[in-house]
Amino acid sequence: MNAEVAAATAAPEKKEFWRWQENTWFDETKNWKDAKIITCGIDVGSVSSQAVLVCDGELYGYNSMRTGNNSPDSAKNALQGIMDKIGMKLEDINYVVGTGYGRVNVPFAHKAITEIACHARGANYMGGNQVRTILDMGGQDCKAIHCDEKGKVTNFLMNDKCAAGTGRGMEVISDLMQIPIAELGPRSFDVETEPEAVSSICVVFAKSEALGLLKAGYTKNMVIAAYCQAMAERVVSLLERIGVEEGFFITGGIAKNPGVVKRIERLLGIKQVETKIDSQIAGALGAALFGYTLMQKQAAK
Amino acid sequence: MIANYGYKDGSGEYYISIDTDKCIDCAADRACLTACPKHMFEIITDDYDDEVAWVKKECTRALAYDCAGCKPAGGYTSLPCTTACTPGAIKHSW
Amino acid sequence: MITAGIDMGSRSVKVVLLEEIKVEGAKEPSFAVKKAHLMMPGDLDADQAAEAAFSAALAEAGVSRDQVKSIFATGAGRGQVGFANEGVTEMTAGARGAVFMYPQARTVVDVGAEEGRGIKTDPDGKAIDFAGNEKCAAGAGSFAEAMSRALQLSLKEFGEASLRSDKSIPMNAQCTVFAESEVVSLIHSSTPKEDIAKAVLDAVASRVCAMVRRVGIEGNVVLIGGMGHNPGFVQSLKSAMDVDQVLLPEMPEFVSAIGCALIAAERQH
Repeated sequence: MNAEVAAATAAPEKKEFWRWQENTWFDETKNWKDAKIITCGIDVGSVSSQAVLVCDGELYGYNSMRTGNNSPDSAKNALQGIMDKIGMKLEDINYVVGTGYGRVNVPFAHKAITEIACHARGANYMGGNQVRTILDMGGQDCKAIHCDEKGKVTNFLMNDKCAAGTGRGMEVISDLMQIPIAELGPRSFDVETEPEAVSSICVVFAKSEALGLLKAGYTKNMVIAAYCQAMAERVVSLLERIGVEEGFFITGGIAKNPGVVKRIERLLGIKQVETKIDSQIAGALGAALFGYTLMQKQAAK
Repeated sequence: MIANYGYKDGSGEYYISIDTDKCIDCAADRACLTACPKHMFEIITDDYDDEVAWVKKECTRALAYDCAGCKPAGGYTSLPCTTACTPGAIKHSW
Repeated sequence: MITAGIDMGSRSVKVVLLEEIKVEGAKEPSFAVKKAHLMMPGDLDADQAAEAAFSAALAEAGVSRDQVKSIFATGAGRGQVGFANEGVTEMTAGARGAVFMYPQARTVVDVGAEEGRGIKTDPDGKAIDFAGNEKCAAGAGSFAEAMSRALQLSLKEFGEASLRSDKSIPMNAQCTVFAESEVVSLIHSSTPKEDIAKAVLDAVASRVCAMVRRVGIEGNVVLIGGMGHNPGFVQSLKSAMDVDQVLLPEMPEFVSAIGCALIAAERQH
């Protein structure tokens, strides 16, 4: 048994390699008090929760954090995190839309909209109206969405049955390799030869396959590369089902893993539309934009 | 909109897709609701305020198992749901 | 005559040495298991593990290598057994072994560590049809194993605990990885361990049962593979399949290796 196998099979340390960074941001060049309509989108996912504030249809600020055991609290904490920074109160917000897996558990939301519609809308804002194909890889699901120039969904699928091709799958590998999740992507390119994808789709079997590869002399980086490639291949097969078109946009936590993203681009032969905005907020941003549209409609009546 | 409900796992791809444009103003009197022996379909108002059928959330993760009853080993020629849906909105991927 | 069957499972290697016994006046030969040996490969490669398990079985039985007329291999890793004369599929071996144990069996349910399958067999133990779930851990033993670990119970305790529950808690997660977090939240909500154990085994049984339904449930049902050792699973399977009886061989994990050795012997004639 070589050292890497020994390390990987040894009793798991209490270190949490899968843990990613939480973050908060707001537009310091603007003051929310100048806005006519303030809407909020809250995306309570299985792993992370985001609150996004939109002032007059423009992104103003957000907070992204890990979801706790309790959905209503996660929604409240996510929003509180950004409101505290800018001195806002819940009463200052005109309309709140909940989305994500815990969307029905946002007690102060005026409406709930599915994450499919919200991600399409958010991607349309972040990547512009050329966006047609959207991939959202979240903690416990993977969504492939095709939309029109207005960000309206024309074809979608969501896979939340199987952990393969989800952030959870990546977390399992991160834990197994004892490598922080943010390092997986860069490490996957630090290999002399690009290995073939691990053959098992199932995360449980991929785990044993990964151990086998280490035993067979693969370096950790090669195993990570093989796993990233498998993830990419799987995602591409989902995208192909709904039809891939130029204007490819990736949202969710996986967008931050170049090891998977670059391999998806290579397989599809198209580059993703770049954005400066944190990819994880797409759903909440879309929800807040839906809220803005609804407010405008109400005002017009 | 084509809505695909289901999943792909290690054993294969299992999706029921519903073409909502054919499903709005159903010409078959929502026959899918009663045709499915497992009552997997349900009418909902979607995010664009259209009344359409969908596959109930709790069913979407077990299609390979739940639909097995309508797909006997001897090979099938027609499924109760796709047969009942005369507008042709419902399709199975497997 | 002695023949050997080697079943290269995903978790363990099973070796069976089978002896043909001539009975005076009988037309058909009789067979008896001379030795059954199970080995966990640990750090060994598949080919080394097969060799080690086979040598151990020979030593335990006091049989020399050249007394073994033919060696057949089965299981996912059967290609790795360099010294085998031939390989047969898990379906072929499972059906033959099951009918050898229970001549009246027509539906064979095989649930091992990583694979589950349903096989329909004819009276000669020839597989007619099968359906399997290879490549997905849900619907196989490792699902139950992962969950028993989450409950901090041994697999045996896990199966026994399940028998003490009469509750039916549905599991939402279909995937082993997701189910683990579901079990953790059930533990946190102070759900009794026996109820969780039953929920997990019911879930595995319902998946296995759906697979078997694809080939059709006909005649007597026999359960083979390591999950046969789990009484809770047997109970769950019975109710999922809606049958009064599931035939259970004494050494369910060796049935495929037995079938394999049997086919090796029959090909000698």
